[in-house]
Amino acid sequence: MIRLKGISKVYKVGSENVHALRGIDLELQDGEFMAIIGPSGSGKSTLMNIIGCLDRPTDGTYELDGVNIGKLNDSQLATVRNRRLGFVFQSFNLLPRLNAVDQVAMPLSYRGVTNRKQVARVALKLVGLENRMHHRPTQLSGGQQQRVAIARALVGNPAIILADEPTGALDTKTSHDVMEIFRRLNEERGVTIAFVTHERDIAAYTRRIVSLLDGEIVSDEPNAPVYRQNVETMSHVLSQPGQNVRDSVGGPPAPRSE
Amino acid sequence: MNPSEVVMTALIALRSNILRTLLTMLGIIIGISAVIVLTAAGQGAQKGVADRIKGLGSNLMFVQPASGKTTTGVEVIAQGPALFLDDSRAIDAAQIEGIDGVAAQGTAPGPGVPWGTTAIYRGQNTSTTMIGTEPTYQYVRDFYVAEGRFITEDDINREALVTVLGAKVKEELFGDKNPIGESVRIAIGPGNYAIGFTFTVVGVMEEKGATSSVDQDNVVITPLPSFQRRAPMARNPHGTTVSQVNIKVTDGSKIPQIKLAITDILRKRHDLREGDEDDFVIQSQSDVLSTATEVDRTLSVLLVSIALISLIVGGIGIMNIMLVSVSERTREIGIRKAVGAKRRDILLQFMVEALVVTLFGGLLGVAVGTGLTQILQHDFDYHVNLLIRTLDVSVSGGDYVITPKWVLAGLAMSAATGLVFGVYPAWRAARLDPIEALRRE
Repeated sequence: MIRLKGISKVYKVGSENVHALRGIDLELQDGEFMAIIGPSGSGKSTLMNIIGCLDRPTDGTYELDGVNIGKLNDSQLATVRNRRLGFVFQSFNLLPRLNAVDQVAMPLSYRGVTNRKQVARVALKLVGLENRMHHRPTQLSGGQQQRVAIARALVGNPAIILADEPTGALDTKTSHDVMEIFRRLNEERGVTIAFVTHERDIAAYTRRIVSLLDGEIVSDEPNAPVYRQNVETMSHVLSQPGQNVRDSVGGPPAPRSE
Repeated sequence: MNPSEVVMTALIALRSNILRTLLTMLGIIIGISAVIVLTAAGQGAQKGVADRIKGLGSNLMFVQPASGKTTTGVEVIAQGPALFLDDSRAIDAAQIEGIDGVAAQGTAPGPGVPWGTTAIYRGQNTSTTMIGTEPTYQYVRDFYVAEGRFITEDDINREALVTVLGAKVKEELFGDKNPIGESVRIAIGPGNYAIGFTFTVVGVMEEKGATSSVDQDNVVITPLPSFQRRAPMARNPHGTTVSQVNIKVTDGSKIPQIKLAITDILRKRHDLREGDEDDFVIQSQSDVLSTATEVDRTLSVLLVSIALISLIVGGIGIMNIMLVSVSERTREIGIRKAVGAKRRDILLQFMVEALVVTLFGGLLGVAVGTGLTQILQHDFDYHVNLLIRTLDVSVSGGDYVITPKWVLAGLAMSAATGLVFGVYPAWRAARLDPIEALRRE
């Protein structure tokens, strides 16, 4: 579970201080599905980067599963990113020269998993890319690239998947496919998911919507999620027994609760 | 990641940007091959000089015409000041204390020079050096005949067309056959302009061994005046010219006095007045040694500096490409960190990439450099003499000598450049928070 207390972030732009976040208090329970919305410049990406351990807050404390993230060194943070979190970017951030399997296997290489290509293939099947295993990013559509990125976030079996505008570069149809993947990961596999968006209908997939404005939380409300049944491959794959990433990785199960 | 995986990752990364990889390697190849060729030339020249000194024998002094060059009779005449056989005889006749023997010598150019000497037997050709000398040569140079006889006083007086072959010339022209009594044509000069006479072989010299670069085994020895007095261009109206008078001394400590005595004799004989410069030089072996050492040092410094400059130029090339490639790849570093790469994972990756490129390029450079020395081998003397022309010395019969020390130094330098300029920027990028690295486009 995630607990933020008084998180603030100040950037120096020239001689001026820009307050991107002003004292954010936020808790995220395991198994939640949450969207953070707000206009551009409201600080939502900054918040997501801090939660994802990609950036550090100027002030405040961040606890992840009871561990004070602010006290961790660079190497320990890398381990947290590698094992506890999965991050999905708006611009996908894939390495241009690697094919899908290698992209997805990459996080596993930093924790010494030996059968990682096998595990990566399972993760790619989970996002419905079993026919695109050996394609490079340039040979994939935007939606497919984002699904590779989701598989990469998923492959280490993190308890939490974070996403910064995951549908920001995608068309409407593809956006909804991607959201369907997230929703199923949350509902059927109990993965905690938090993402940033500025689109109301994307946020509508979640069960909790937090609104940000000028670096402060202005509302935090439960939401009745919208359901769509347009991703056949997902339900098909997810319902198959033995297609569990954790089974393949062979690690101990992470604590997980609804 | 285990080591083989790290290397595989590096190879994939290098292959995926093949142009960048090749450019980096090009810098290294140029640098390393330059180092190899130049240091090989330097080592070869040094070895040549060292061998020549080693071949001189001990307790020797030389008197040479003042031009300082070992020359043919032809050149001596052309240049005016000359030493004559009579000068040599006068030194001998003076019975200076400490002198153990005197032998005048006229040397024709050796192999590799247009005005070189060729020995021909039944259509068999070999490039060699002709030494015209006196019977005392054996004793003075401590270099004796092995078969047959040496040149006699009688041969000198009669200007006889007889010759004693060096071991190598005998081998080249006769193989296992007995050469004594056979006729050999000895010619000086290029092709159709060569002037030659037929000599009868009377002996074969002992083998001095192949260590010497002025190959003492590759000579034909003739009575001093025999060739000179017959060749129109070599004839001097004032007598038989010599390019060098070899003097054997009993005791090295007497050399200064001997020098004074000889100077006295020769100045008188050459009618030099007070204030005139000597038209000859007297050198002892230790003089030659110190000059040669000096030349050696200058040459080494010269060549090593050129080599270092090329290595630095190559290094700047590597540096440039590495720096560009790392800033290009800051984003990759960000992505890798975002999915859990530690700083040391990033460093290891870049280090291995840099090592693979520099070592592979370095080995190619070694191959190219070695190949170049093979191609240039033929003209070694020409190249080295071109390089050291200003030093007023020359080298002949030398080889490029590739020293492992410089090969390793070159490889180490390129690996170091690759590591410093490939890994340092990567280390800086790896220190950034992932989001910082990702923001850089």
